Amino acid sequence: MTAAAPPWALLAELTHACPLRCGYCSNPVELAGRSAELSTGQWSEVFRQAGDLGVVHTHLSGGEPLLRRDLPDLVAAAGGAGLYTQLVTSGVGLGERRLAALTGAGLRSVQLSVQHADPVAAERIAGARSFAAKKRAARLVRAAGLPLGLNVVLHHGNLDALDDLVRLALDWGADRIELANTQYHGWAARNRAALLPTPDQTERARTRVARWRERLGDALELVWVAADLVDTTAKPCMGGWGAVSLTVAPDGTVLPCPAAGALPGLEPPNVKDRELAWIWRESKAFNAFRGEAWMPEPCRGCALRTVDHGGCRCQAHALTGDPARTDPACRHAPDHPLVHALVHGPAAHRPAYAYREGGP
Amino acid sequence: MTPAPLSPAVPWRPVLARGVLLRRDRVRGADLLLLPERVVVLDGGAGEVLRLCDGVRDVDAVVAELTARHPRAPVAAEVPWFLDRLRKEGWLG
Repeated sequence: MTAAAPPWALLAELTHACPLRCGYCSNPVELAGRSAELSTGQWSEVFRQAGDLGVVHTHLSGGEPLLRRDLPDLVAAAGGAGLYTQLVTSGVGLGERRLAALTGAGLRSVQLSVQHADPVAAERIAGARSFAAKKRAARLVRAAGLPLGLNVVLHHGNLDALDDLVRLALDWGADRIELANTQYHGWAARNRAALLPTPDQTERARTRVARWRERLGDALELVWVAADLVDTTAKPCMGGWGAVSLTVAPDGTVLPCPAAGALPGLEPPNVKDRELAWIWRESKAFNAFRGEAWMPEPCRGCALRTVDHGGCRCQAHALTGDPARTDPACRHAPDHPLVHALVHGPAAHRPAYAYREGGP
Repeated sequence: MTPAPLSPAVPWRPVLARGVLLRRDRVRGADLLLLPERVVVLDGGAGEVLRLCDGVRDVDAVVAELTARHPRAPVAAEVPWFLDRLRKEGWLG
């Protein structure tokens, strides 16, 4: 067993409930119900254990974390455990009083999701009215003096609006915009045909990002999360399995990556049964793909293995049925023809988005 | 993050910017600067310097305090440069 360095970050998925129904949602198809969610006390204990383990950052996410009425208590508990707290939100429900309660509890920063720069297109992607609420949330966060980041999941329906998205980030006063190409996990896998961009689209957007970086310098931080399928390069998923961060799902399941719950045979542990320290260091789930011993060829003999850590286990599973195979996104992978066919196949019919129906 | 005044008549009293947190990491035995999507592991005495940046002391006062604590260290030469670098990063205001 590889000795594990302590984790830096905790993704706390406080609830799966969400007022939005984004087609690209990477949460599982089967969501955890509200009654299965950890209590305020259980989450506080998770934060305490995470701080003791070496975690310094927590992203309070979901679903929509604002749907947890105890959110200010959770922010205070995380802060009390020494964690830097960032709220990851759709902005729906982030009014003046709610934000004041959160900043009063010690919230440090906010990351706001944006689907498109055009309100109609944005709400078509989100499957819900939300654009005006987002704009208001951004204004309130700036007025409160908190750092504001925007997160845009990129796909066929918004890659061509890259310039407008950057202008929106400037207009809304963001410090940072993360432009993250869709990862086809959970619900998003159902919408792959609707979401998958053409290679030309991706290339144009990448070029535009480089131009904006030159033009803006330090005024706005632009983060481009690579389109691994189009790039034919495996992404360094999570900075390596069980290497940097852990995810706690709404029901207390602990995962090395938010999508890993779909992997067969992982037997993910739960904070209700075990201490986080044991889970991080000893559990089968966190050691399954840690380090390099698990790697097949061509990863095992490849110089890139220390950079991409063999790519994404969830993608290998989704496309080949076996999470231990080389990520098919990689051009050297034996299964890469699968990805090539997806990306370069005959221009497929673009179906409408499948939206989630009902809540968890 | 508001840039500090450049006029020499108003001495700069450095303080950590909103959203930047200085923390002792007892697990790793290091001082850290925590930012929204980022952790900066501070070397050597950088944490001690930043703990003096309280928005009350000006740079001269920070230098004087550190010089008193470490009379043989090149404080006057290095600390103003270090603080200026962090201001350019937007971490000090």
